[in-house]
Amino acid sequence: MADLALMLLVFALSFGVGYVLISRVPPLLHTPLMSMTNAISAVTILGAILLFAVAMGPGEKVVGAIALATAAFNLVGGFVITDRMTGLFRTHHEPAGNGSRPGNS
Amino acid sequence: MSSWVTLLVDLSIIALLVAGIAQFRTPRGARTGNATAAVALLLAILLVLYRNAILSPGLLAAALVVGGAVGALVAMRVTMIQIPAMVAFQHGMGGVAASAIAFVELTRAHTPLTVVGEVSGFLGLAIGAATFSGSMLASAKLAAKMKQTPTVLPGHNGLLLVLLAAIAALCVYAAAASGLPLQLALAGVLAASVALGYVFAVRIGGADMPVLISFLNATAGLAAAFCGIVIQNRLLIACGATVAASGSILTAVMCKAMNRHFTKVLSGGKAAVAPAAAPAPKPAQAEKPVARTREDAMEEAKALLRESRSVIIIPGYGMALAGAQFEVAALARRLEQMGKSVSFAVHPVAGRMPGHMNVLLAEADVDYDKLREMDEVNPAFPETDVVLIVGASDVVNPAAIEKPDTPISGMPILNAHEAKRALVCNLDERPGYSGVPNSLYDLPSTLLLLGDAKATVTGLLQSLPAEAGVEVEEVMA
Repeated sequence: MADLALMLLVFALSFGVGYVLISRVPPLLHTPLMSMTNAISAVTILGAILLFAVAMGPGEKVVGAIALATAAFNLVGGFVITDRMTGLFRTHHEPAGNGSRPGNS
Repeated sequence: MSSWVTLLVDLSIIALLVAGIAQFRTPRGARTGNATAAVALLLAILLVLYRNAILSPGLLAAALVVGGAVGALVAMRVTMIQIPAMVAFQHGMGGVAASAIAFVELTRAHTPLTVVGEVSGFLGLAIGAATFSGSMLASAKLAAKMKQTPTVLPGHNGLLLVLLAAIAALCVYAAAASGLPLQLALAGVLAASVALGYVFAVRIGGADMPVLISFLNATAGLAAAFCGIVIQNRLLIACGATVAASGSILTAVMCKAMNRHFTKVLSGGKAAVAPAAAPAPKPAQAEKPVARTREDAMEEAKALLRESRSVIIIPGYGMALAGAQFEVAALARRLEQMGKSVSFAVHPVAGRMPGHMNVLLAEADVDYDKLREMDEVNPAFPETDVVLIVGASDVVNPAAIEKPDTPISGMPILNAHEAKRALVCNLDERPGYSGVPNSLYDLPSTLLLLGDAKATVTGLLQSLPAEAGVEVEEVMA
């Protein structure tokens, strides 16, 4: 019961903190934001790894491997794309971000 | 107690994630924030691997490497034009992962679940599966692999209700079952949920896609959070809830920018279904000022640009379709070199996902401080000599403020009609996605440069004198 209360608390708190923080993200960054939160939702990879901590039948192994692979795809893909996108934003007073684009003066 | 240690470690990882998201204020901060979040998740993975004995390490490593490598490869190669389709695809993969975990947890005989755990498992399974099919559909639409217009099936709402009822009934049955009947019931839940996601997403299309993709962002997060409740993992719950919050905010922002209620977007299909969208009788051709040839219009436009002092460019989805963002950016640079003040006005729902235009223009090397938001840029239009509209229609349609009962009435727009002159580089004169004829086109101050935006903008660019040291070739890159 205490566990349930704690889990609901974690959910409510995270939703609240996330809500406050994300409301302040400027529209300029909405696409990278969505792509990064996508990578964060690949936290399911922890759940997928935990499946492998218990003995599994062959069917379960297949499903578990699917969960692992899709979560890893999102995790790596999401963070890499977000990095590329945020690297593209620049101003001329800020030479920053090498992005992933070749040959920019 | 070691449980206190684990709690502290979990909290530190959550704090890192929060610190990462908090940096999403400026593009540079966003890059650091993204890296911070990546480190946080990497730590979480290492910790889980360290705390638990893995029974089939070979399979685990193989799945991780294959998934990660494909993800990295795709992410390195995808172009900014493909981003909306790619992000939608990733929402779908998130749904698959959540669904698969919930399936295994629910069928395991040796881990008796609490009632809350069981219900969360069903929710994770169903929401994950529906997110998968909805996202695949969205991704196919965004990649133009299927038609982008909404499809309304006969008895669409009834069908959704039947599927929901079937899912609920199968879950109730599964709760009491075990062994093979349980697995079959869960497979049934999966199938019905996949159908639900499809039926749900198929009647959303076109300019409503930003709402759909944001909503799928939220459901992917929600499915992860429910998985977290099943396996009683705080990190999953926290991350899932944060993502759900983010997706919900973006959904609300998109709906507000279209002045449409969320349920309307989800259920109404195309806005034009509204009776007010009955095709307005085409105003008599004679009403149009002077029938200009396209060549005349181009010549006048070139002269206008040369003489202007201030220019605001309004990009829309048509710019992305024509792939004209590099030409548009080059035109903006040329105008600036000629001493004119140039900025971009970006409507919140321009394009097919939140912030779509900003990423496209950033890739074309437009300074991000020239990308201005609607509220900030709207007061500047009356003092602006020329607005250049590239592939946008509904977001500049004055009917939204002038006419009371069109599908876009009340939608905030960019006040392009207030500028001294407006150049419209759209493919044709047809209305935008809403189906409402654009009254901006009928204003005497508007010049229609119909045709392929890429060609039109290139034509305008070539007419402007090149400054010494500026190569025209830069456009070709």
